[in-house]
Amino acid sequence: MELRDKVIAIIAEQAMLEPGDVSLDNSPADLGIDSLGLVESIFAIEETFDISVPFNANAPEESEFDISSVAAIVAAVERLVQKQHASA
Amino acid sequence: MTGGARRVVITGAGTINSLGHDVPSTLEAMREGRCGIGPLDLRDVERLSVQIGGQVKGYDEQAHFNRQQIALYDRFTQFTLLAARQAMAQSGISFSDEESEMSGVVLGTAGGGVNTWDENYRTVYEEGKNRVHPFVVPKLMNNAAASHVSMEYNLRGPSFTVATACSSSNHAMGLAFQMIRSGMCRAMLTGGSEAMLCFGGVKAWEGLRVMSKDACRPFSANRNGMVQGEGAAVFVFEEFEHARARGAEILCEVAGFGMTADAADIVMPSAQGAERAMRGAMREAGLAPEQIGYINAHGTGTAANDKSECASVSHVFGPAADRLMISSTKSMHGHLIGGTGAVELLACIMALRDGVIAPTIGYEEPDPECALDVVPNTAREAKVSAVLSNAFAFGGLNAVLALRAA
Repeated sequence: MELRDKVIAIIAEQAMLEPGDVSLDNSPADLGIDSLGLVESIFAIEETFDISVPFNANAPEESEFDISSVAAIVAAVERLVQKQHASA
Repeated sequence: MTGGARRVVITGAGTINSLGHDVPSTLEAMREGRCGIGPLDLRDVERLSVQIGGQVKGYDEQAHFNRQQIALYDRFTQFTLLAARQAMAQSGISFSDEESEMSGVVLGTAGGGVNTWDENYRTVYEEGKNRVHPFVVPKLMNNAAASHVSMEYNLRGPSFTVATACSSSNHAMGLAFQMIRSGMCRAMLTGGSEAMLCFGGVKAWEGLRVMSKDACRPFSANRNGMVQGEGAAVFVFEEFEHARARGAEILCEVAGFGMTADAADIVMPSAQGAERAMRGAMREAGLAPEQIGYINAHGTGTAANDKSECASVSHVFGPAADRLMISSTKSMHGHLIGGTGAVELLACIMALRDGVIAPTIGYEEPDPECALDVVPNTAREAKVSAVLSNAFAFGGLNAVLALRAA
């Protein structure tokens, strides 16, 4: 499974949707994911890709991790995987 | 007096926390706006992503307790006993046989013996040992502190521990208040304690991603989360006539208590639940919003709490909110979780007795969503005759105390 599909699968599971029902344009809120659900999704992403995601729920917009849409999350995960696995 | 509600007063106070090892040093730090938060000194701290906290510094358990006691007392129990000793000494209360049956201990803690859990999990999981010390259970149980206090002072009335996360101490003190008010009890040792600053205790909190890595800045627009603290505060709550008859010095009066449940979300606060708790405390105390001069806020420094708390205060107080001071001393001592309301009650006593309002330190940028007088950075002299102390816990459990000057 590609990185993008894995991220979508994680988000879909959190939203209790089929991966096919998750669009790249959707925001977590569009999918019915609240703040607690978001924190849990980020944890699943960290575990799946063995990365550390910089995210503070108090100031999500200031975190380096863009969560504005599924596409943004996928892009952010790609960057973190590249960065953190290159330096490992 | 039969049938009528009794008045309840505080005749003794004790504490140990990151600002000081007793009440005078803690109040001095609050007056000076000193910060007790700093780099954590604990095992495996390098594996934590949050490495600051309000730790009790310069603490030597052997200076206070003997070998047998240390084997039985988790850090949260030790803190409780030290605070209780100070409170009892200040109060000067003693109990006849009958009175000791009408007096008890109600304390708050969220985690109880977290250090004991942590150390013994290491023993069995990390070190692979198959044997732990025989006192693990009596040491870690949440009621250990309350039980040891009851034993130390032979208090044989209602005694138990309340665990409602960040509201634990306020719930405990509210219940102690009600027991004296109803006539069931004569005096109560009450307050709370927390000692969660160990690897597992901080690691668990990290998971929620609500912790700040640099500072606790309640109500400031650039706030970025809460910071944990540790310690205890214990008070002697006493029936007013009993205190007066023995000529005790009265620190202040506990006048009302309001408690509610949001019944909404396990972590996100509801302004309505907080509002009902504040109104309930004022109603029982017979106080109108205009009479409240100061609120010790829950003020965790998270985005969600501070915004919601300010909205609820504005709503409850209406125009009176403009003349109200509200500060969060968590900016100095950190969030003591289940012990926090107890340490924060000290700021309320200072406001009522000494006319000094503890500041919200670390305040850097005004937040339009927290547009109240948060007493930024510097303590203020002001005469107030009634105050509230707010606690709003995860799980949506709210507990607010109303206090009056003696």
